[in-house]
Amino acid sequence: MLHRTPLFDAHVAAGAKMVPFGGWEMPLHYGSQIAEHEAVRGAAGVFDVSHMTIVDIDGDKAAPFLSRLMANDIGRLAETGQALYGALLNDQGGILDDLIVYRTDSGFRAVVNASTRDKVLAWFAANDNGAPRRHRSDLTMLAVQGPDAVAVISELLSWPALTDLAGFRAAVRGDCMVGRTGYTGEDGVEIMLPAAEGVALFARLLAAGVKPAGLAARDTLRLEAGLNLYGQDMSEDNHPYESNMGWTVALKPADRDFIGRPAMESLRATYTRKLTGLVFQGKGVVRHDFTVRTNAGDGTVTSGVFSPTLGYSVALVRVPRAAEGDCEVDIRGKWLPARLVKPSFVRHGKALV
Amino acid sequence: MSEIPAELRYAASHEWARLESDGTVTVGITDHAQDALGDVVYVELPEVGARVAARDEIAVVESVKAASDIYAPIAGTVLAVNEALEDAPETVNQDAYGDGWFFRLQPDDVSELDALLDASGYADVCANDDH
Repeated sequence: MLHRTPLFDAHVAAGAKMVPFGGWEMPLHYGSQIAEHEAVRGAAGVFDVSHMTIVDIDGDKAAPFLSRLMANDIGRLAETGQALYGALLNDQGGILDDLIVYRTDSGFRAVVNASTRDKVLAWFAANDNGAPRRHRSDLTMLAVQGPDAVAVISELLSWPALTDLAGFRAAVRGDCMVGRTGYTGEDGVEIMLPAAEGVALFARLLAAGVKPAGLAARDTLRLEAGLNLYGQDMSEDNHPYESNMGWTVALKPADRDFIGRPAMESLRATYTRKLTGLVFQGKGVVRHDFTVRTNAGDGTVTSGVFSPTLGYSVALVRVPRAAEGDCEVDIRGKWLPARLVKPSFVRHGKALV
Repeated sequence: MSEIPAELRYAASHEWARLESDGTVTVGITDHAQDALGDVVYVELPEVGARVAARDEIAVVESVKAASDIYAPIAGTVLAVNEALEDAPETVNQDAYGDGWFFRLQPDDVSELDALLDASGYADVCANDDH
C-alpha cells in the first residue's frame, strides 16, 4: 500500500498524474512538466514534499548524536535557524543518505529522503545515544520555489520578515517552520507545518497563481542546478569524494569522531573517480546508465535529462578523476561528441555553461 | 481516457496508421502514447526512400522522460517525413493524430492494414497498459 500525503486530493483535483515514488503516491506532473519547470525558473511553483522524512532530535545529547552520524560538522550551526547539508556515512564511507539539518530552539531537525526513510530511522535507532527523537509524520512540507516565491509566501503568511531571511536559514512561528532552502537552483522556501494548515496553504498558493509542480519538473530543475539525487547519483556504493560532496566532509576539528571518518581520511587523497557535469548539444537526450568515453577512461551517466532552460541535454556523470574537456557519449549505439563541465548548469534562471 | 479515432488502425506498440485517398499510409503515435511519454523534445525520423518491413524500428521519439522506438506498422517505402517536428517536437503532444504525424508510406500491400488493431482492439491494449 502506497502512502498518500495530506495533499493527495488537492493534487488529483489539480489534474495531477499520480505515480509511485519511494513508497508514496506522488504527482509526476499536472499536464506539462516543461511548463512547470518554466514557472519555477520564471515566477513560482509549489511542490508537495511531504513524503520527505522529518525527524526532531532534542536535548543535550542531540548534538553528540548528529556529530557522530554526520560527515559534516554540526558544530557549524552556531545559532537557532541555521541549516547544514551533509551525508550520513557507513564505516566504509558509503553514503547512507544526504540530508539537511536545521538548528532549533530545542535541538535539531533533520530532513532526510523519502526513499531512505526506513533505513535511516533504523540507523538512528542503532546509534541511539539517548537523545529523544521524534519522527514528525504529522507535518506537511511544501517547497515554494522561483524568483517570486519568497514575496508570495511572505504575503500569504502575513510574515514580512521572511523576505529578509538569509539563504540556508530558517524561521519559526508557532508550528510553522520556513527555511530558505530548496532543490531547484532558484530562490525559494521549504515550509513545514501541520497537515491541515498545509492543505489550506497549498490551495491559497494555487489561488495566488503559483503553479503546482510535480516530480518530473523537480528532476529537471535539480539536475540543471547540479544537485544530486540519492539512489541515482550516489548510494551506499559511493563515497562523498566521488559524488561531488567532498565539501560536505568536515575533517576538522580532527578530534570529531564521526562514522566513516577513517575511510574519509584515507580516500581523500586516493579517490579515483569524480562526479561531474556533461553537456550534449546534439540530437537526442543523455540518460541514466549511458556510457561516456573521456580522455582518462570510460565513465557512466548517473542522471541525464533534456534541459528545458538550455534546450539540450545535461547530465551528471561519474568519470575518472583526471577526465576533463571534450568527450563522447554513447547515445543509443552512436558515439557522439559531448563536453565535461562543472556540475552546475543553471542558477537563478541563467545558463552557466 | 485518451482519444482513439474510429477511422484509424493501430499497432499494439502505439502507432496509428491512416489510409489516405491516394493509397498512401500516414503514421504517427497515439494520444495514449504521447500522454505516457510526456513532453516530446526530439524526434528522429527515417530517411525518405527507405524500404521498411513491418515492425522495423524506423524512428525514435524522445520525451523529457524517456526514449521510445517507433515501428513501421506495415511494409513499404518512406515517401515523406514530417520535417516540422524537427523544430516543433511538441506538436506530437498537441496534435498526435494531425500535425504531429511522423512519416508517410507507400505500402507494399495495403491489406496488411487489416492485420492491425481497430479502435476497440487498441482501446483494450490501452486499458491493460493502465493497470
